[in-house]
Amino acid sequence: MAGIRMDKPWLELTETAIEALPAQLGVYQIAEADGTVSKIGYAGGREAFGIRTALGRELAAGSGQTFRAELTHGYLTRWEELLMIHQHDHGSLPTGNADHPHRVGRLSVDGTSSKASE
Amino acid sequence: MDLRLSDEQQMIVETVRRYVAEEIVPLEADLDPDAGALAPDDFDRLVDKTKEMGFYGLDIPEEFGGPGLDTTTRALMAIEMSQHRAGLYNPCYGTFGGAGLAQLYEATDEQKEKYLYPTLRGEKKGCFALTEPSGGSDPARAIQTKGHEDGDQWVLNGSKLYISGADKADFALVFARTSDDPGRNGVTAFLVDTDTSGFNVRRVVHTLRSTHYATEISFDEMRVSKDQILGELNRGFAIANDRLSRQRIPYAAGCLGAAIKAQEMAIEWAKSRETFGSVLAEKQAVQWMIVDNEIDIRHARYCILEAAQKADRGERFRTEAAMAKLVASEASGRVVDRAMQIHGGLGMTKDLPLERWYRELRIRRVGEGPSEVQRLIMAREILGGSFK
Repeated sequence: MAGIRMDKPWLELTETAIEALPAQLGVYQIAEADGTVSKIGYAGGREAFGIRTALGRELAAGSGQTFRAELTHGYLTRWEELLMIHQHDHGSLPTGNADHPHRVGRLSVDGTSSKASE
Repeated sequence: MDLRLSDEQQMIVETVRRYVAEEIVPLEADLDPDAGALAPDDFDRLVDKTKEMGFYGLDIPEEFGGPGLDTTTRALMAIEMSQHRAGLYNPCYGTFGGAGLAQLYEATDEQKEKYLYPTLRGEKKGCFALTEPSGGSDPARAIQTKGHEDGDQWVLNGSKLYISGADKADFALVFARTSDDPGRNGVTAFLVDTDTSGFNVRRVVHTLRSTHYATEISFDEMRVSKDQILGELNRGFAIANDRLSRQRIPYAAGCLGAAIKAQEMAIEWAKSRETFGSVLAEKQAVQWMIVDNEIDIRHARYCILEAAQKADRGERFRTEAAMAKLVASEASGRVVDRAMQIHGGLGMTKDLPLERWYRELRIRRVGEGPSEVQRLIMAREILGGSFK
């Protein structure tokens, strides 16, 4: 089995879409209009309203046009897994994760490359 | 058994306690509740501090530059080092340094130059690849990764499961079956560079520890030279087994540290929280939970120190180490569970470290040999050798 990619549908990054999400912990990807993933983030235990708060911050910062999210209590390890898969597929981290302070692991992923437009 | 600390041990315990309270706990206030690492600047600053204290590289043998602590003092430090949110699996976030894989100290001079010394300098990381999908409690028989000779090389095929750090490691200590012997006399340990062709990290394995994943790795026609064998051919399991026995005392001590902190929190809360006209501490139901916690803590502490003192005296301590691991991991789980109950709704939240310890302590009953294997070890010793 290879690393598991996120397969949730892409949604417009808008206040309405964010408000429809449950206030839970989780991970998310942000993409530009052309489908390029610009950031992989997580909503951890310090966020007031979980993934809503984290994505609201991304919207305010103009991080991208679309997003997809996955709810999980294992947000930190899932976040790292998504970073590893992205690095495998693209040879580098998304621009929004360029200042990632720690070494990202190496994963031998089978299958096709991950694109925001999938 | 004398449970009193020497003056030097008391000073060391107080120094580490102050370090945790003044340097580690304040940083955690700003970290994610499940965080497993400090910001690099904080980490570097605190490593400088532990070096100044003379405690960096706690587990490095004295002849390789370590502080040369005895097992009892090391256990006492482990009890203190784990008394913070991340303390069970990341005591003080690694700022006391690592010693690398213990087996590397048995390596040849060439292997030490290539793997041990770079590890001690912080230039390389290793991982320990023993457990397989076929089982981890009885690795000598469960190992199905096979090696066959081809000229001056060994070719390895197979897979390993629940391997920590394989995705970031520079090298791995890989155990493979290299003879027809189905038991421990057919297993060889290999030092393998993780950039070797055929070494693949197949997937991330998520667990109750949301701060840290394990991995599944595979070896596909992976070729290693004969000089990459650690120790003797077909005698690799003795190397693995030695590690498993030695780790149990500090592992148990780490569990106890979390339990002590949970009990402190429970007592403080019970004395201040009022319900039905009086503080919780006045309710007999709560008093009994606090007392049961204290019994568990003292039982675990006794077992840990007994094992450590026997080890320091050079006596056989296999039963005592197994007992300490079993008692401390199970008792600490109960202590944290009761502390959560005393805290009520607050105990279930990520506002407190209790829920993280609760999840991580559940793993401690399986990690480094499950409780059932610890009982098996003790039964063999108590009943006298092998039995059917």
